[in-house]
Amino acid sequence: MLIYILRRVIVMIPVTILISVIGFIIIQAPPGDFVSSYIAGLEAQGDIIEPELIDSLRARYGLGEPIYVQYWRWVSNFVEGDLGYSMIYREPVVDIIAQRLPSSFTISLLSLILVFVIGIPIGVLSATKQYSLADYTFTVIGFLGVATPNFLLALVGLWLLFSWTGTVSIGLYSPEMQNAPFGLAKFLDLLSHIWLPALIVGTAGTAELIRTMRANLLDELPKQYVTVARARGVKPTKLLYKYPLRIAINPVISTVGWLLPVLVEGEVLVSLVLGLPTIAPVLLDSLLQQDMFLATSIIMILGILTLVGTLLSDILLAIVDPRIRGAV
Amino acid sequence: MTEVEAATRLETAAAEEQADQRVLVASQWQLIRWRFLQHKLAVVSLAVLVIFYLVAIFAEFVAPYDPYIFREDLTLAPPHTIRFIDPEGRFQLRPFVHPFEKTLDSVTYAAIFVEDETVMQPLGLFVRGDEYKLWGLFESDIHLFGLQDPEARLSLLGQDTVGRDLFTRIVFGARISLTIGLVGVAMSFFLGILFGGLSGYLGGTVDMVIQRVIESLRALPTLPLWMALSIALPSDWPVVRTYFAIVIILSTVGWTSIARVVRGRFFALREEDFVGAAELDGAGNLRIIFRYLLPSFMSYIIARLTLAIPQMILGETALSFIGLGLQAPAISWGVLLKDAQAIRVLALSPWLLLPTLFVVVSILAFNFVGDGLRDASDPYTHV
Repeated sequence: MLIYILRRVIVMIPVTILISVIGFIIIQAPPGDFVSSYIAGLEAQGDIIEPELIDSLRARYGLGEPIYVQYWRWVSNFVEGDLGYSMIYREPVVDIIAQRLPSSFTISLLSLILVFVIGIPIGVLSATKQYSLADYTFTVIGFLGVATPNFLLALVGLWLLFSWTGTVSIGLYSPEMQNAPFGLAKFLDLLSHIWLPALIVGTAGTAELIRTMRANLLDELPKQYVTVARARGVKPTKLLYKYPLRIAINPVISTVGWLLPVLVEGEVLVSLVLGLPTIAPVLLDSLLQQDMFLATSIIMILGILTLVGTLLSDILLAIVDPRIRGAV
Repeated sequence: MTEVEAATRLETAAAEEQADQRVLVASQWQLIRWRFLQHKLAVVSLAVLVIFYLVAIFAEFVAPYDPYIFREDLTLAPPHTIRFIDPEGRFQLRPFVHPFEKTLDSVTYAAIFVEDETVMQPLGLFVRGDEYKLWGLFESDIHLFGLQDPEARLSLLGQDTVGRDLFTRIVFGARISLTIGLVGVAMSFFLGILFGGLSGYLGGTVDMVIQRVIESLRALPTLPLWMALSIALPSDWPVVRTYFAIVIILSTVGWTSIARVVRGRFFALREEDFVGAAELDGAGNLRIIFRYLLPSFMSYIIARLTLAIPQMILGETALSFIGLGLQAPAISWGVLLKDAQAIRVLALSPWLLLPTLFVVVSILAFNFVGDGLRDASDPYTHV
């Protein structure tokens, strides 16, 4: 088991390095070097820039030196936790991310939980009661869920909310809770606000899960071991949970890792539409205003978190399925 | 009686045998077509897609108006009710609409559109209207349908925020939104076959490197990556150039899944008997790849490609919707939906959400066609 985890971690290293290269390319992508645009941005806001500052910035990021030196400077700063300084928010990037990321993370995590809590029972129901009215209903809903983009769903949700209640924003907290210290009460308040965005973010994933779960279970149910167990008088529910369900659920767990980028991405779009103060609007702002340190840091951190999530799901799979432990 | 029964039984048996014979001699593509035709939902979806693409191709002719001509007096006018019964209660064979009369709400000053029941404006086929140049070649002013009076305006799906006809704009938007998926998939297909083939065929270090690149591209959340890349596009580029740049951006992620499939298939098929036979026959490596390996899973790849198109359409819609994709003079479904972002406008004019319907229908259709193709792509499993 330990060797398995170790191998997975080692495989992650080159991937992380590649992600950082992509991040660096993103910083370099806009025309002009980023210190110039950074300074232009500061000047546009009416700041007087001292030449020493420009020089120190250029020296710090190694501008004028070969590209690999620049990359190395940036990466070593990044690893040391110095993600640069945001031009538009006038704060260190680390602070902005620390403020915004937890709420994004909570939404993604909650939607992951919702996907499983809703998807698996419905998938099982659809498979055990195949061709029933419920099965057909959920199949149609499932197809629609896959085909409807998250942000459209959010838009429709917002429209319904506005026409019923007249409020435009959902927000993350009630007004009276906004400045309260974080505690159980505030957390519950947060939950009462983010269940809707989390549900919307999870729709496509839930629909997909229902389809996979149904198909997997339908593959298992006609097998001989099920018939044998039934012939020996195992109770139907116990039989279902003990044998075919365990096998059917396996591929689902192994693909949790693939679900994570989808959820993160969905969170970004849905938060933008619903105007939630998560990391998403910051990402959009920073990209639109070419605040490349902030933008790249956000993308890198989302990517690294996804990698860690994939690793966790691999480990989870190894715990559930002994065959995996032996194989790799 | 029994004789007749026996005869019919014999006939059906003979027919079945004939069908069997047909299956045995049919080519792979014939088998695929038969299997596909059995999937009713896929066939219907295919028909829907064909209609959508025909509309997109002949957009200038199908759309009743010019997508850029606006009528200020009709800003945010609701959809017309198309009527057959006139105010006197008589049935009219030719459908007609009542023109809108605009008044202002005395309290809120919001525009109110009331149908003027004294005037009847009949619809017609092949009516004359705004002039256009089909594909920039053929000049004409004949539109598939519209109001017979060229001065009046038929508001089929409502008007947008500056008084342009929404239906017209949806029709023109189909051009960009529906083709971006095809072009993007063609691009991903090329990259996927190239890198997947290299990875699966050469193995070893090349395989290792390509796999790691794919893994890191997949670990990054797609949308933020696309957003970041589209920032690098200069805003003064012409529409066509931005369009192709966005296709390339959308393909940066799309090729990875195709490359994986190609690689997996290469690994699996390398051990097959027919490859061994070809080797013994003295066929070279390239001949084996292109003559034997690729055709054996081409149908499968095509099915996967069909399922990849919706992702591209959604990607374009999302990017344009948040303002990082195509920009205003260009018309795509995402650009149209940008109008619907202002929730207060949307609450009063819900028809601005209608482009959504077309997005969802085309994505559903592609999904069903893809499902049908996937089932049909391996015709030897069930026949």
